[in-house]
Amino acid sequence: MVGLHKSEFKNPVIRWIDTRLPIFTLMQAEYGKFPTPKNFNALWNFGAFATVMLVAMIVTGIFLAMNYDPNTGHAFDSVEHIMRDVNFGWLLRYLHSNGASMFFAVVYIHTFRGMYYGSYKAPRELLWILGMVIFLLLMATAFLGYTLPWGQMSFWGATVITNLFSAIPFVGKAIVTWLWGGFSVDNPTLNRFFAFHFLLPFVICAVVFLHIWALHMTGSNNPTGVEPKTARDTVPFHPYYTAKDSLGIVIFFIIYGIFTFYFPNVLGHPDNYVEANPMVTPAHIVPEWYFLPFYAILRAVTWTITIPFTKIILIEAKLGGVLAMFGSIAVLFALPWLDRNPVRSCDYRPTYKKFMWALVVVWVLLGQAGGHAPDDHVMIFGADLGFTWVVVAQLGMLYYFAHFLVVVPWLSKHEKTLPLPESIEAAVEEKNRAKGAKA
Amino acid sequence: MGSDKHCTDGSCDAGHGASRRDFIYMTAGAMAAVGAGAVAWPLLNSMEPAADTLAMSTTEVDISGIVAGVGKTVMWQGKPVFVRHRTPEEIKEAEQADNATMVDPQRDEDRVQKPEWLIVVGVCTHLGCVPVGEQPTENRGEFGGWFCPCHGSQYDTSGRIRKGPAPKNLAVPPYKFVSDTVVKIG
Amino acid sequence: MTRLLTLLFAVMLALPAFAHEETKYPHVDWPQDGMFGTYDRASLQRGYQVYKQVCSACHAMKQMSYRNLSDLGYNEDQIKALAAEVQVQDGPDDSGNMFDRPGKPSDHFKAPFPNEKAARAANGGAYPKDLSLMVKAREGHSDYVHALLTGFEDPPAGFKVPAGMYYNKYFEGHLIGMPPPLSADGLVSYADGTVATKDQMARDVTEFLSWASEPELETRKKMGLQILIFLGIFAVVMYFVKNKSGKA
Repeated sequence: MVGLHKSEFKNPVIRWIDTRLPIFTLMQAEYGKFPTPKNFNALWNFGAFATVMLVAMIVTGIFLAMNYDPNTGHAFDSVEHIMRDVNFGWLLRYLHSNGASMFFAVVYIHTFRGMYYGSYKAPRELLWILGMVIFLLLMATAFLGYTLPWGQMSFWGATVITNLFSAIPFVGKAIVTWLWGGFSVDNPTLNRFFAFHFLLPFVICAVVFLHIWALHMTGSNNPTGVEPKTARDTVPFHPYYTAKDSLGIVIFFIIYGIFTFYFPNVLGHPDNYVEANPMVTPAHIVPEWYFLPFYAILRAVTWTITIPFTKIILIEAKLGGVLAMFGSIAVLFALPWLDRNPVRSCDYRPTYKKFMWALVVVWVLLGQAGGHAPDDHVMIFGADLGFTWVVVAQLGMLYYFAHFLVVVPWLSKHEKTLPLPESIEAAVEEKNRAKGAKA
Repeated sequence: MGSDKHCTDGSCDAGHGASRRDFIYMTAGAMAAVGAGAVAWPLLNSMEPAADTLAMSTTEVDISGIVAGVGKTVMWQGKPVFVRHRTPEEIKEAEQADNATMVDPQRDEDRVQKPEWLIVVGVCTHLGCVPVGEQPTENRGEFGGWFCPCHGSQYDTSGRIRKGPAPKNLAVPPYKFVSDTVVKIG
Repeated sequence: MTRLLTLLFAVMLALPAFAHEETKYPHVDWPQDGMFGTYDRASLQRGYQVYKQVCSACHAMKQMSYRNLSDLGYNEDQIKALAAEVQVQDGPDDSGNMFDRPGKPSDHFKAPFPNEKAARAANGGAYPKDLSLMVKAREGHSDYVHALLTGFEDPPAGFKVPAGMYYNKYFEGHLIGMPPPLSADGLVSYADGTVATKDQMARDVTEFLSWASEPELETRKKMGLQILIFLGIFAVVMYFVKNKSGKA
């Protein structure tokens, strides 16, 4: 009997299954005893929150799909049918629409943790790249899903974003026609968007599996950035982090519930409650909040790049915007190679820490810019500052690329970092001592 | 609470410490189970017929145009329903039929509210085909009711199975005479 | 934890600073506002009367069915009667022709025009929008709809109003194709005897339209309260579980 696993479990049913397919042994090793740094802070909960949201979105999505009709003549009405006639349909819909916002909020905070604590550095580069792949898939899924209710924003958002591909030289127009399945966003487009929106979450599941596998190969990073050295640096995942994650999830659900039950439309756009009309463009086409920083970067490129002293256009503004938008994500893929400073955590990199917080502020400002019309004047508390939002977007984009392409590599070589703690245990003891002294 | 640091296996607190921890774990487990149920219920309940489907669960039929000897087929809950205006001969046949020979014995009086009106679901109880026989010109089988072309089941003027593979009589839906000329089915 | 809170705080701080300069709609305290708000059923019934007698001549509400009116407190017979007041197209009959029949509770509200083109033709090119979701479909929601209905006034000096348009204080661009619908007090004679002033009618029909946009509101808020209380208690329990599981 070659290959049968020697199971350590006592329960006969579990033992029978485990001998033939060692899932219980696997769970015990990876989530039971798995040595985990004992100094995780609240930011380390967010991977678990993201997993919970992935499951929640798939479950609510499948039940919504039981009642949704992806034909342009019926799509909007089918969503209203769900809201009004299907038992708990309004709950499924609001959980799904607000769930998308919660999912992105969680992923952004999870990614921030990765950037702040250097979780993207060796040996976790592939873990980081898999995470960025998940982020791309998530954005695609969200974009496709937003078109499905077939409201005005659904239709016009789809039109604007698919039209971007026409910026690709030579083959752009052909690609757009191929994407549309016609000569504009219409029924063929909606149907295929539904098919892909259903498919991609399962692709995300597969990549999440790889992401978690990669994590378990290297073990988790921790707030000090110092790898565990002895058993006193770690605790078994269960019960410490199963309990901590469970508490976190309950608190997370409270926030999710407040949006779903009391402010279900505050993160959305009223125009999407108007049925799609190809003849009438809304005053402002805006994506959902989680896309706003990228939207700002897209619209920030307003100039054409020509060969100097000639009229030969190299990159027109539209293509420039597309390149800048995708570039802003591409630059994140390169982060493990842009930053090779051996000190991981910003807690011990005082200069880089300041730039990290500046990046957060710039990211929020870019989001604000994305939500305003580019020509609107910037008003703070009612006072007109005298310049337009597109300027904010341009400065923000400048900082964003400068941060990753100039600041990060320079600090990687030249930053004066603070002395690292001896070990995780030493850092924890130091923190407890400081807390005790304060008490 | 430094004292709990090394006690995760429960070996340290005997007595009230252990039971306090068990109580918390049991409460948490119970609440998690309630939470799981609270999540499962709306999901499963959403699969029940929606409000608009339920609203269509009754059909009103104007029977004033149906002459004796003829049947009208109406849709009810997605299925055909035969509304047959029976002639006196058909009524007599139905009432006097011999129960002993029937696969599914039933008296005619138990199947109609007013003898002139027979209302049955037009779905053969064998494998679900729609029998023919509404018009006098169609094949009604040997018993004057309906004939199912799929496997040869034959129903009489009370919609009872008399010959062929069907196991049960044609189902009688719930119905009410709202007036002399209008029947509400369902 | 501190870092997380700092992050969230930094993000939240940024947002209100850039609040839009936009027309402020006078705020009305709607009965359904707040954590414990519910619709005022008497107002809903009056509002439905206003919709039926004033608005439904031009505006459809295709997402509504007569059976939905049971939420307003009408019983089955009353709803049957309300539905039967209109003639609805059905068919084809056994000869293949479409025919008219009295409405049933399961029918959607009868639309004044068969399609958008007919609606535009009858209204000088303007399209009276479907009102089923109007309160959700406009920023300002109930306050906006009420403000619009009460916002018809004489244009300021020098403001040109072309023929066929009307000046409205709160409509985007101030020129709206709809003539003031609630043009005078007493346009509708309320079944419950309430005095039908212009503002009363505006409030009632706005209440009705708010319900039509969000019929699930009361159930949603009630369920929300139960779930948040449950989660609050659960969070406290889980906090103790976390501490009992040991400090890392």
